[in-house]
Amino acid sequence: MMKILVCISHVPDTTTKIQFEADGSGLNKTGVTFVINPYCEYGLSRALGLREEGKQVSITAICVGGPEVEPTLRKALAIGADDAVRIDADATDSAFVAKQIANYANSKEFDIIFTGKESIDFNNSLVPGMIAENLGFSFVSFATKFELTSDDTATVQREIPGGVEVIEAKLPTVISCQKGIAEWRIPNMRGIMAARKKPLSAIPASDSDVYTETVSFGYPPAKAECQYFEPDNAGALVTALADKGLI
Amino acid sequence: MSILLFAESNQGTLNKNVFEAATYGYDLAQSLGTDLVAVSVGQIEDAELEKLGTYGVSKVLKVADDKLNSFANAAYAAAITQAAKQVDAKAVVFAQTYDGRAVAPRVAAKLDATPIAGAITLADAANGFETKRMAYSGKGVQDYKATKDKLVIVVKANGYKTEEHPTSATVEAMDFKAGSKDFTAIAKEIIKASEGISLTEADIVVSAGRGMKGPENWGMIEELAELLGAATACSKPTADMGWRPHHEHVGQTGIQIAPNLYFAIGISGAIQHLAGVSSSKNIVVINKDPEAPFFKIADFGIVGDLFEVVPQMIEAIKALKVAS
Repeated sequence: MMKILVCISHVPDTTTKIQFEADGSGLNKTGVTFVINPYCEYGLSRALGLREEGKQVSITAICVGGPEVEPTLRKALAIGADDAVRIDADATDSAFVAKQIANYANSKEFDIIFTGKESIDFNNSLVPGMIAENLGFSFVSFATKFELTSDDTATVQREIPGGVEVIEAKLPTVISCQKGIAEWRIPNMRGIMAARKKPLSAIPASDSDVYTETVSFGYPPAKAECQYFEPDNAGALVTALADKGLI
Repeated sequence: MSILLFAESNQGTLNKNVFEAATYGYDLAQSLGTDLVAVSVGQIEDAELEKLGTYGVSKVLKVADDKLNSFANAAYAAAITQAAKQVDAKAVVFAQTYDGRAVAPRVAAKLDATPIAGAITLADAANGFETKRMAYSGKGVQDYKATKDKLVIVVKANGYKTEEHPTSATVEAMDFKAGSKDFTAIAKEIIKASEGISLTEADIVVSAGRGMKGPENWGMIEELAELLGAATACSKPTADMGWRPHHEHVGQTGIQIAPNLYFAIGISGAIQHLAGVSSSKNIVVINKDPEAPFFKIADFGIVGDLFEVVPQMIEAIKALKVAS
């Protein structure tokens, strides 16, 4: 039985208009729907695909967060994970989260750890590589294709500028996933019912330092007013772009 | 103490984003009263590395081992970490590229450093290395301080200035022996997606969406892009409908880009699309719907029929080229 860990980040839905608390301390969560980070969902889908290809796999979903992340983990169970683990701590920063996951994984002998290429809230793209380093695993980032070629080797395609790189990765490995590696899945009623009975455990956080201290959250600088051109005089737009040295 | 820059190269040429990261590293080194050293890994000529001198790099440590000619993130991380220790680096600076983002977290974990990804402001050495970075896929800005003594900083592509600080860079070979565990993931082959310009590296991106009405109309987008030396991109629905290849899909769930100039043609600007492209320095929007959300973040706009506007633009650019 091959053991797969899928890291799940609990993030605001992609359609959310982001608003911060007035004091800049963090996201104003009022009315915000939280979902599985879309990139993590690719990883979960790929893990399920391996099972459908006939591989004997167990799939554990993991998330670092308080009780509020449990519905997100339940959704991962409804999509098809076998069990879920919540590490009871605020996901303070990437290095902290990576250590928490690596510490959990350390004694469990996972063969593959799937993550998203980044989370859509902090976009750091740091957690997967740090998990790999903390565990001494091989690592492929920005994976667009993943195939098991033997019991201990995977062939992975990874996006690079202007193409893809084909990588042979020895297991155990950490794979950060992006579009292309699998299609998202919508949980069906049977999955939702089954998810209620699947194990979801909460475990205490392990000892780890915190690496950052957030000062504040704010908004990107406001853009200047749009400069409009007439539709029958697109040449004027081209001239304006040329005058600014943009083309 | 020094600041260390990862001088990333591809097939013997320095990555263009490295000069931006070098500028960041130089400014950080100046603020600390120290120097900027670079480390390069893999096959590259000394003359190419000496170009870093233009951007304030005083010394380049060159790790040349045939085994490192193709990218292996663990081995690269080990080499960079060795260099960081050798020069007692306060911070290791990376450009935000595919390879940079693969190696930086490993180096941060090895050094037990505070990692800062996507930095858009200089880390303020006098104030806990306070740094601003983009968050929420471009919808927000996060400002934080480092609690660790060392830093690993990934500079957001097109997020910081590129400025020359001419000095002369000496190239010095660095002894590095990779371990067998450093090659558990090895690149075997590179498959080129197309002959076109890479989306993530392009200065100009011409992107189109559902307003194009069908894949058969994309010829003018490709012509416009070619005239501008730009990469082509598309919105999620057009990729999902198979009008365009998936690797062209830009947005929050596709590729996130920050070119100098972004053309959004026939794309209304769904919040997920904007999140993936809003870091572009200049945005041109062409859409017949004046209420299209994209106009709110546009620098230049035309409310009109793209099938009339784009051909005019093509002609104007051709005329401009003839004139210059």
